[in-house]
This record gives sequence, structure tokens and C-alpha cells, in this order.
Amino acid sequence: MKKYSVFAVAREAMRHHTGWTRAWRDAQPKKRYDVIIVGAGGHGLATAYYLGKNFGITNVAVLEKGWLGGGNTGRNTTIIRSNYLQDPSAAIYEKARSLYETMSQDLNYNVMFSPRGVIMLAQTEHEVRGYKRTAHANALQGVSTEFIGPDRVKQLVPIINLDGPRYPVLGGLWQARGGTARHDAVAWGYARACSDMGMDIIQKCEVTGVRQTGGKVTGVSTTRGDIDCDKLGFVVAGHSGQLANMAGFRLPIESVALQALVSEPIKPCMDVVVMANTVHGYMSQSDKGEMVIGGGTDGHNNYTQRGSFHHIEETVRALVETFPMISRLKMLRQWGGIVDVTGDRSPILSKTPVEGVFINGGWGTGGFKAIPGSGWGFAELMAKGHSPLTDAFGLERFAEGRFIDESVAAGVAH
Amino acid sequence: MLILTCPCCHVTAEETEFHGGGEAHLKRVGPDGAEGDFESYLFMRQNPKGVHLERWRHVYGCGKWFHMARDTATLEVFGSYAAQTLAPPDHIVDAIRKRHPDWQWPAAS
Repeated sequence: MKKYSVFAVAREAMRHHTGWTRAWRDAQPKKRYDVIIVGAGGHGLATAYYLGKNFGITNVAVLEKGWLGGGNTGRNTTIIRSNYLQDPSAAIYEKARSLYETMSQDLNYNVMFSPRGVIMLAQTEHEVRGYKRTAHANALQGVSTEFIGPDRVKQLVPIINLDGPRYPVLGGLWQARGGTARHDAVAWGYARACSDMGMDIIQKCEVTGVRQTGGKVTGVSTTRGDIDCDKLGFVVAGHSGQLANMAGFRLPIESVALQALVSEPIKPCMDVVVMANTVHGYMSQSDKGEMVIGGGTDGHNNYTQRGSFHHIEETVRALVETFPMISRLKMLRQWGGIVDVTGDRSPILSKTPVEGVFINGGWGTGGFKAIPGSGWGFAELMAKGHSPLTDAFGLERFAEGRFIDESVAAGVAH
Repeated sequence: MLILTCPCCHVTAEETEFHGGGEAHLKRVGPDGAEGDFESYLFMRQNPKGVHLERWRHVYGCGKWFHMARDTATLEVFGSYAAQTLAPPDHIVDAIRKRHPDWQWPAAS
């Protein structure tokens, strides 16, 4: 792997940029791997990367039915934060946030992490109480957040309207070290590092079956032939249920469409991320100047990767009241992704009823922020059989009633 | 936007007049149920990519619950039927099989 640096840029500038090579190899499948990861999105690639980096397991294939980072990794609103209520969530999301801080250096790939700060607006009395409770919980968890009043919110976000008739701003939960990162770069940075360790990233390779003998996985059938493996990791977000079905078990997951949209680019006007959970909307301004807006999920099970129009209307209607200046913006693009939502709105990082098969899914509407922490913990789980980061997120918690209940704490956006 | 018909009041209206209620025909587990049964009833879902039998409520209309068959990959609605049934009625199964000839209700097996 050629190292990217200012010297490399200068050297290539001298020779008309003819010396750049592919960032990662487009590999052909081999007959056998120690570990197969299904899904070349952020979580899958991060898992492969930490399997190699932390555990020296490099005979790994990452299979992808579409293209690298073409699922939810390339469809989210790139928000990174770790202000969760429950201890296991705070631990894994804070691990992820801290890994984002050094990711560009670790991967030698600019992921454009921008710790600009995230505010979650409190627009009802319950949210005020809920976020104060979260701020206290975060203090105990070692996650730096604070509850701020409306004046401070206005100072941080001058374009906000504090006294809207329906959704007044009563305060907010402020995490100064949250922010955004470039989502495609996260996938490409991990892919480049994995490829450099000798791992195979195989695109347009859809898994069609899971082969097993005596309750133990032996490999997968794919659209590009059978591939053997000792361990198999499903990291496929919305299609987790499909793969579980192939392996012969069920999941406490339902898949729904979540959508986002961006406006035309405008001059810088908001340099923090604002989330308004009461109205199902969140907004940040990209480096290009577009206002990036995320909405709520569709109200029914759905695999269509587009999202309903009336949900855009609901989201934008509410955001216009809070940010009156955006009423004149034209929206440029809208897209959707399929998110896998669990009963307690917390992810599943777990062994499964099939020996050697592991699942990392159920991240619901908030997986991007967790990518490095999820990869770190899931790699440890796959290599050693347990991990302090993932032990609380096992599938057995649904039978045992030991939920990590973030649905009340985080509302819609988490 | 889905266009749905309520089988109770026979009104056809846009999706925003209704509210989805998740998978239909779940069998409620009683006090004697095992842990696994409760897990299955409360959390485990078919979540198919394809035909889904589901509950809806006509919230801004007659207020009644009903059942519906819909394709989660194409959003095609195959029809709605009364909530007081233990299995999808024949005319719904016929409508589904016009599109998916081999379709079997997973819970029936």
C-alpha cells in the first residue's frame, strides 16, 4: 500500500497524477477462508480490519452483494455521538467515537472527522427531564455531555427559532465532541487497510445459502460459487432477517425504510449538528454547504430503499418551524435505506444458534456512529468468543428480559 | 404512499389515515408459557422480504383494527380482511398467489 501524504501529493503533482494505484484490490473468491464476513459496509469492513489488526486473523473475505459501502453506510446522515442512557450503549458508542478521533491517522485515509458538536433539542418537558437524566448518566459513564439552556442553544445555532408555537426549544443535550465524518471515506479507508493486510473484498457476490454440518457452519453458497469458512459473520443491516432465515433461525428484528435528503448548497450557516427528536428531524450542514436532513422511519415493514413521501413532508414541516430560513431552500436529493430495528432499539452482537455463525445487526436508525466500536467489539467476539463491549448485546437478552432499552431514552433518532 | 381500504367501514384512503401495527396472527402466550414462547410472541418476527400479513388500524376513521396482506419488496397491497380471523381468508390467498404462485403462509407450516 502506498502511503498517502503531502509528499505523495507533491510527487504525483510533478508527474500528472499517473502514479496513483487502486485503493484496494477487487478480489476473486478463493475456495476457503478462516473467516467470512457478509456485508462490505462500515461495520463489516471494520470487523475485518480489527480481526486483522487486533487478532492477526487475515485469511478473511468480505462478501458484498452490491458495491462497497452501497447500503446504509452510504445512505446515512453521518452523525457521530455517544450520549446514550444505558451503560452498555455508552461504552460501545463512546469507544466508537474515540476511535473516530484518530481514524484518519490509523487508516492513513482522510475520513474528514469533524468534531463540531451535537445538540439534541429538548422541545417538551419530558425531553428536558430525559436529557438531564442522560447527562447525569453520561457523567457517570465518563462521556462528556451537558444539559444547556435555550440561550446557549441560540448562541450555538443562531438560525434556530426558540419560541415556535408547537415546538418551543426548552434546552438541549450538548455533546461538544460529537460531530460528523465522511461516510464513504470510512468504508474506503477500512477497505484499503483490509486489502493491504491481504484480505479479499468481493463485490457483486450475493450469499444465497449457508452450508452447515451437525449444527456447525462449513461455508456459504454465493452467486459466485461455494466458499468454505470456519467462522461466518452476518453484518448486513436491513437484510439480517434474510440471512438468518438461510441459516435457519429467527431474529427479533423488523426492517423498515429510513430516509434522508439534502438541500442545494448554501453558505455556511450552522456549524453544529442539531437533532430534534420530538419532530423526527435532524440537520447538519455538509462541507459542500448542503443542509443534510434526516427523517423518521416508515410506519410499516419495508425493503424498498426509498421511503414514503409524506414522511419527508412531516420532517421538513417541523424543521421549517424550528429553522425558518430553510423554508426557501430547494431540496436536491432524497434517498432511503433499510434499517433493522430490534425490540429494545439496541443492536445485536451475538453468537447464534448455529455454531460458528455470528451476527452484528439491529443497529436500527443509528449505526454509522458505531462503526469502529462495533467492528472492534465484534472482531473480539468472533476471535475469542466474548468481548466486554458486546457481551450485553447478545440475542439471549430477549428471552431473559434483560433489555438495553434505548427506545424511551433516545426516541426516534439513535 | 399506500392506498388502503378498511374492511370495517369500507373507506379507501391514503396511508396517513391509518397506522401500522406490525405482524398479524401472533398467538398470545398465557401465564403458563415458557420463556421461549414469550420471546417468540413478544419479539421474534417473520420480517419477510415479500408477502407480509400485518395489522393496521384505521385511526383517523372508524378506529377499528384490521388485517392486510402486502408485499414488503414492492409495496403492493393484496387486500385487507377482518381482524377476527385466525388465518388469511381464501380470497386474500388467491390474490397473493396471482403474484407469488408458490406462496405459503409461514405460520401455517
